Amino acid sequence: MDSKRRNFLKVAGLTAIAGIGAPSAFNMLLKGEALASSGGGHGEAAAPSGTRWGMVVDVKKFAENPELANQCISACHTVHNVPDFGNAKDEIKWLWVEKYPNAFPEHSQDKRPDYVQELPIMVLCNHCEKPPCVRACPTKATYKKKDGIVAMDYHRCIGCRFCMAACPYGARSFNWRDPRGKDENGNPFIKAENPKFPTRMRGVVEKCNFCTERLAIGQLPACVEAAAQSKALVFGDLNDPHSEVSQVLKANFTIQRKPSAGTHPSLFYII
Amino acid sequence: MYGKGRIIPALIIFLGLMTSPIWLQLGNASKTPKPEKPKDYTECVEPTQYMRETHMLLLNQWRDDILREDADMERNDPKRVGHTANGTAYVRSLQNGCMNCHTSKKKFCDECHEYAAVKPYCWDCHIQPKEAM
Repeated sequence: MDSKRRNFLKVAGLTAIAGIGAPSAFNMLLKGEALASSGGGHGEAAAPSGTRWGMVVDVKKFAENPELANQCISACHTVHNVPDFGNAKDEIKWLWVEKYPNAFPEHSQDKRPDYVQELPIMVLCNHCEKPPCVRACPTKATYKKKDGIVAMDYHRCIGCRFCMAACPYGARSFNWRDPRGKDENGNPFIKAENPKFPTRMRGVVEKCNFCTERLAIGQLPACVEAAAQSKALVFGDLNDPHSEVSQVLKANFTIQRKPSAGTHPSLFYII
Repeated sequence: MYGKGRIIPALIIFLGLMTSPIWLQLGNASKTPKPEKPKDYTECVEPTQYMRETHMLLLNQWRDDILREDADMERNDPKRVGHTANGTAYVRSLQNGCMNCHTSKKKFCDECHEYAAVKPYCWDCHIQPKEAM
């Protein structure tokens, strides 16, 4: 009879484990928790609700007018008191120009005509729908707002730079030096301070904030305003099918940066 | 007492040195800070006593509301634009709100902060009004 008791205990034990484990496993799958942490990929984004700010960059128009990119960059960097340290190692950039092979490394570069290789691609924070930087931040200094903007609270940033490692687009810069300081010739790193916006301090990470402070008072982002005449940058609500940006997206073939990262950027490019 | 000629003067000097911080600061002890109030405005966003005690919490609350919760706000949402007891609208912002009325950091903020020996890091990033520099 001993062997029978042994078998009975085995079956009873397995049944108990299955009974306790199965409901929690089912719950996790049903609630989608397991998907939330590993989902993404190439599929469709989640059903839209509320505002989601996004932008279309018309690269052709930047190629036609080589000065335009610099105008946008300087508008952005002036409004946000972005310091210019004068060397690439310490560089702080919210908005900058990248070459096609660097901006779109996942797209085939094979047999591309030369002009494509030289296209000036305006790049900035993609304000991803699934931002990896937000998941990496240990202090919730960076977070996704309800309007889709991935924003930062510099008060909380401890300068660990996990977000910089997590960002697939290199959109974040670290303040290795004091942005309020001066170079060896006595020129301040911030050429002209905008008194309406703060600077940052040494030891924090910074990036494009989609001009959330300007949107709040009904203004367009600084770069969009600088490119308004050429309509090279179209900004608006991606969730509103009647917005200008949605119309442009409907009428044109656009690509996004590193789609396989599964981050669902809010930025689209017309090449 | 043996050697009182040296011991007593030495004791007096010792006591004098030990208590010197007390009587050297006698005149200064009663000097309370007098932050300069704006001339054009008579009321702040909250009663004076509340502002004295809890302005730091109020600023933290503003910061969290504006930075994190502003997505759903209308342009004149009370979360972004507040109203004083008498109905004057104000922007909930240190740099663009408080310092519109309190135009001098030196004469207002520093007055108490130096007295209380607190060193808030507001101005490491926020730009203080030009007049104060």
